[in-house]
Amino acid sequence: MNEIWAGMLAAFRLIVTLDADLVEITLRSLQVSLSALVIACVIALPLGTWLAIRRFRFRRATIATLNALMGLPPVVVGLIVYLLLSRSGPFGVLGLLFTPTAMIIAQVIIITPLIASLTHQAMRELWAEYHDLLISLNTTSRQRIATLIWDGRRALLTGALAGFGRAIGEVGAIMIVGGNIDHATRVLTTAIALETGKGDFALALGLGFVLIALALLVNFAIHTLSRTEQEGTW
Amino acid sequence: MVDASILVALRDTCVKRRGKTILGPVNLDLLDDGFTIVLGPNGAGKTTLLKVLHGVERVSSGTVKWSVPDAVARQTQAYVFQRPVMLRRSVRQNLAYPLKLVGASASDIDNGVTFWAAQIGLTEMLDRPATRLSGGEKQKLALGRALIRTPRVLFLDEPCANLDGRSTREIEGVLQRANAAGTRIIMTTHNLGQARRLASDIVFLLNGRLHEQGRATDVLRAPQTPEAKAFFQGDIVE
Ligand SMILES: Nc1ncnc2c1ncn2[C@@H]1O[C@H](COP(=O)(O)OP(=O)(O)OP(=O)(O)O)[C@@H](O)[C@H]1O
Ligand SMILES: [Mg+2]
Repeated sequence: MNEIWAGMLAAFRLIVTLDADLVEITLRSLQVSLSALVIACVIALPLGTWLAIRRFRFRRATIATLNALMGLPPVVVGLIVYLLLSRSGPFGVLGLLFTPTAMIIAQVIIITPLIASLTHQAMRELWAEYHDLLISLNTTSRQRIATLIWDGRRALLTGALAGFGRAIGEVGAIMIVGGNIDHATRVLTTAIALETGKGDFALALGLGFVLIALALLVNFAIHTLSRTEQEGTW
Repeated sequence: MVDASILVALRDTCVKRRGKTILGPVNLDLLDDGFTIVLGPNGAGKTTLLKVLHGVERVSSGTVKWSVPDAVARQTQAYVFQRPVMLRRSVRQNLAYPLKLVGASASDIDNGVTFWAAQIGLTEMLDRPATRLSGGEKQKLALGRALIRTPRVLFLDEPCANLDGRSTREIEGVLQRANAAGTRIIMTTHNLGQARRLASDIVFLLNGRLHEQGRATDVLRAPQTPEAKAFFQGDIVE
């Protein structure tokens, strides 16, 4: 028990004094997950919206696949990305393994289906509401997608935040493809795993607090957004 | 070949849904100008007919032929739905939306919004969220948004259903001015008084069939079919 209290105290001290390692790791975590989020959104928002408004032959199958991909175990994604990027793999020449780029790639694969699926759900509702008007006004596909994304931006932001929450807390895939290299690919989750293993609870807890704070912030933002959405204030 | 003065011609047009014929077969010619009122009890097929004309309802058989190519026709038409669709934006942005779609300049958009907001009496509410408007206000907004591109043809599906007497009179004024300025209007209503005030010609539907069509004065004074006669006298038609 004592050890834990001492660890907590030390953790607070690390946070309050803005410990160099702690700051570096936090910033890298944010850099990796935010980059992954931006890339995933660029793919998932138009894709999810497009799936909501377009009728085509394999639409149902595509949506089912998307929902299935949402449940991909991150460790398996890590393994696949590792195999693709490893020296003998198809993209080995790029030398990306054990770099933040590799971690971003893995996280993009993990969160794109999630964001696309949430986007699809929100956009399907909005499309049902707007369908008649947008058809009647003779809008192009591009105009339809733009209108839906703009007017559904709150729901989309909620989806993006959920994606970010998943990315920042994810450990399995980035551990495999990033390798948890000090000053290179160490991020919040992998550092916590490592420090806990070493028995250094101070840094582990300090990083843990930062991670919890981020998670709370994200969920609080999601909650606020969905409330304003219901009240129709924008 | 479509005659020059005929705006649109329906030939044996049928709409079937789930094995049931909900409209048709209808043969109908609408002339280049005028104010057509479509009458009929609930479920007669009025909305379906308007949507078929506008090209947003798939026809199962028969043809709909506009005097201009379909793409041109669609681009110069506007439609006010029975249940108005409000974009989740301000009243101002709802009005501006059709102009934005065609890439109008900022000053044109400003002028159009100001003008039409005044016409429909929503100037005070321009910055309110449209989804918070009352039912009647939504209908007025939908009408202003439909007229803002000065359409050649305007379809209206019970545009005054939720309006009080004064608003109805104002909206009828707006519609008559638009009609005089060259917008062809095709509109449904359950209000026979309104039909008398506005119609230049009347289309009477019953059970998806066209029962009577002609100049408003003729049809309203001396309906040819017993069903139409009963309907215009305010009887319940089955
Ligand atoms: N997609 C559909 N599938 C099955 N039936 C339909 C469909 N759309 C309309 N109908 C039926 O077709 C009939 C005509 O509908 P329509 O909406 O054209 O009536 P209406 O004359 O506009 O009635 P109201 O005065 O109530 O607005 C109704 O009986 C309706 O239930
Ligand atoms: Mg109707």
